[in-house]
Amino acid sequence: MRLRDLLLKRLLQLLAVSWGVGTLTFILMRALPGDMAYRIAAGRYGMDAVDSDAAALVREELGLDQGAWSTYWSWLGDLLQWNLGNSLVSGQPVSESLWHMLGHSLLLAGAGILLAALIAIPLGLASAHHGGWLNRILLTLSTGMRALPVFVIGLLAVVVFALELNLLPVAGFGTPAHLVLPALTLGLSLAAIANRVVHTEAERVFNAPFYEFAQTKGLSAWQAFLRHGVRNMSVPVVAFFGVQLITVVEGVVMIESLFSWPGIGHGLAHAIFARDIPLIQGAALMMGILFVLLNTLVDLACYWLDPRGGQLA
Amino acid sequence: MKNKLITALLGGMLLLPAAVTAEPNQQNTVNIQAAFEFSSLDPTRSGFVFTRMQVLETLLNVDSQGGLLPGLASEWSIEDGGKLWRLTLRDQVHFHDASLLTAQQVADELNRGLNKTSALRGLPINSITANGDNQVEIKLSAPYRPLGAALAHYSTAILADAAYNDAGEVTALIGTGPFSVEEIAVPHKLVVERFDDYWGQKAQIEYASYLTGHRAEARVLQARSGQADIVFGLDPASVPMLKRLPTLEIVRSDLPRTLALKLNAGHRFIADQEARQALSLAINRQGIATAILRAPDAATDQLLPAYMSDWYLDGQSEAYNLEKAAGMFSQLGWNKNSEGWLERDGERFELDLITYADRPELTTVATAVQDQWKQLGVKLNVNVTNSSAIPSGHSDDSLEVALIARNYGIIADPLGILLKDFASSDKGGDWGSLNWSNTWVPETLNAMVSENDTARYQEQAQKIAAALYNERPLIPVASYVQQTAINKRLSGFRFDPYERSYFLNELSWK
Repeated sequence: MRLRDLLLKRLLQLLAVSWGVGTLTFILMRALPGDMAYRIAAGRYGMDAVDSDAAALVREELGLDQGAWSTYWSWLGDLLQWNLGNSLVSGQPVSESLWHMLGHSLLLAGAGILLAALIAIPLGLASAHHGGWLNRILLTLSTGMRALPVFVIGLLAVVVFALELNLLPVAGFGTPAHLVLPALTLGLSLAAIANRVVHTEAERVFNAPFYEFAQTKGLSAWQAFLRHGVRNMSVPVVAFFGVQLITVVEGVVMIESLFSWPGIGHGLAHAIFARDIPLIQGAALMMGILFVLLNTLVDLACYWLDPRGGQLA
Repeated sequence: MKNKLITALLGGMLLLPAAVTAEPNQQNTVNIQAAFEFSSLDPTRSGFVFTRMQVLETLLNVDSQGGLLPGLASEWSIEDGGKLWRLTLRDQVHFHDASLLTAQQVADELNRGLNKTSALRGLPINSITANGDNQVEIKLSAPYRPLGAALAHYSTAILADAAYNDAGEVTALIGTGPFSVEEIAVPHKLVVERFDDYWGQKAQIEYASYLTGHRAEARVLQARSGQADIVFGLDPASVPMLKRLPTLEIVRSDLPRTLALKLNAGHRFIADQEARQALSLAINRQGIATAILRAPDAATDQLLPAYMSDWYLDGQSEAYNLEKAAGMFSQLGWNKNSEGWLERDGERFELDLITYADRPELTTVATAVQDQWKQLGVKLNVNVTNSSAIPSGHSDDSLEVALIARNYGIIADPLGILLKDFASSDKGGDWGSLNWSNTWVPETLNAMVSENDTARYQEQAQKIAAALYNERPLIPVASYVQQTAINKRLSGFRFDPYERSYFLNELSWK
């Protein structure tokens, strides 16, 4: 398949995903129990001020009495004009809130993945190359780290770096220092699996006949690794990191609330409590789009790394 | 290619909004952490954060006892038998955009609030008009005593005209307070800067920052590490540990917030006031206050705190007495069956309780009550939901029992809240009674808004407190204690029980 075909196919996928995700979110939110007007009023005015009067005001202002179909069509119509609507709770445009949240989430996810790669790749390579005790120690550490819930890793990091050593802020955002601990927590948690993926791939390549041949024909260990090793082992590793990135963007609610990080996972959770449907739809939509885009990027990267098959998925 | 990818990724990260280096820094900024988010710039929605951070101000203020103090209005008078409130504005009050506060602007702002969920909504107001440059007149169709307290509520804070766009939405926070907005990121971060043209006591500190800390653990760690200077809403369990730190001072303050069980007094099991009294007797408040809230003196069986003395019955309290409670149920025909549950005419005494997770102690207290009532033979099913389920369950009558944390100081005069809770409709009020058969209390509350005789007012308030105590439309469990950690590098901290202000302009560095 040629590049143009791939991009075209992915564009169609993008459209289908956007419609599907938006529609599904809409149906699921409508199906939740509880009166929407009350939920939104609680989100808007806080628990001390939510009452029937506030709910009636919300119902009137947002026209919640109109049927599900007309709300759905107006959402779809807005979407076709690239308009995600306004948040029911804050009244701000959804795109603004999303940009704020998604920016922070991507920053955290990017930094976390980068740290994970910096930790996992050298450790995975070393354990595959050295084997024996190093491998066993790393396997034990990785299993242990993976078994720990991510907020425990976060709390330990806070205790060590923020409370005992007083090097970094406990929580918050706004300066680069605030990024370090959440990114480290995320990086450590991801590296626990990633280093085993690197290890397995490196071991496969190191034991492959072509690799042995490269050394037999006179290449030094370093030359053989750079010319025949890196590229061969990187395809599954890149694919793994690509898939991780998207789960990380949406799945770091615990880290975000522990570190008061204003990301999309946390924002989405709050939006669901408050039944802020446009924000939920917008967030789900962005995640869907991001998923397709990242998959495309990963495919392109894998194709560039290993063009032999000539097949772009 | 790979290099390009990395460069692009790094470049993208730098462009993202987080890496902003602001002028305020750890040395010149008071860092405040509290649990609450602000969802909007509109003071009728999230004004509590903006008045606490002293960006916005109200016409009137209140002292720690709920008494009215001058605010943007330097004086006020009540005329025409309570139907006309005349407020005289302070001279030379500047907004943060340098414009001057005028009576017309104040009148416009208050009129806007009438159509939103401000504290003025639903009050018997005929008109709000400017009289000259510095007087505002509020004409009422009937006297309304708590109007002053409503004018001290955050939702009636005064914004500059420039704060609104053409559609009447708030787009900027331009107030008159001792601090102006330096940075705002809805819903969790607000940085304010000292406003040098403030009319009153000017601040000594340069900057203050408010950050929502959602998790109590994270807030405690912020206090412990010294990265937050003032941390509100400490988890009771962590207070002993924080008290041992030489860098922190822990301030304990009573709040006019009460943990109470809202009962559907129309439900056939608890329609008798004896049944509600028996349920109240079967609650071990001391145990709950000691073990869960870690403040043994917080246990209370009265709805309003002792310092709201008009509404508090001095020396009245009833101790936990399971035996007496069982005896009362037995007189009502309820007896334990073979499984230990109370039964009458083949029907088990079973109730559904709803509560919400916004305040972490509510769920724990709900399960404690569940266990304590189990000893009496009452089966209580606990359902944790959203705070909006309480008014919603009230309006459709599906609510049986709800555990709530009600703030009787939202409006500084408790009469305003009691009217909402017990007299807003025939059924009662969203956060107060439900289907309570007493009609004397709502009638008296309504009459009290125009009561000018203080002695008579107090007498009526005491009678209402007695009716609430004896008939138990709500069963109070404990009052709230706020624990706040303050870094010792600061001095001058004072806590406002009505949570209207953090008094940042009184703080100074040691």
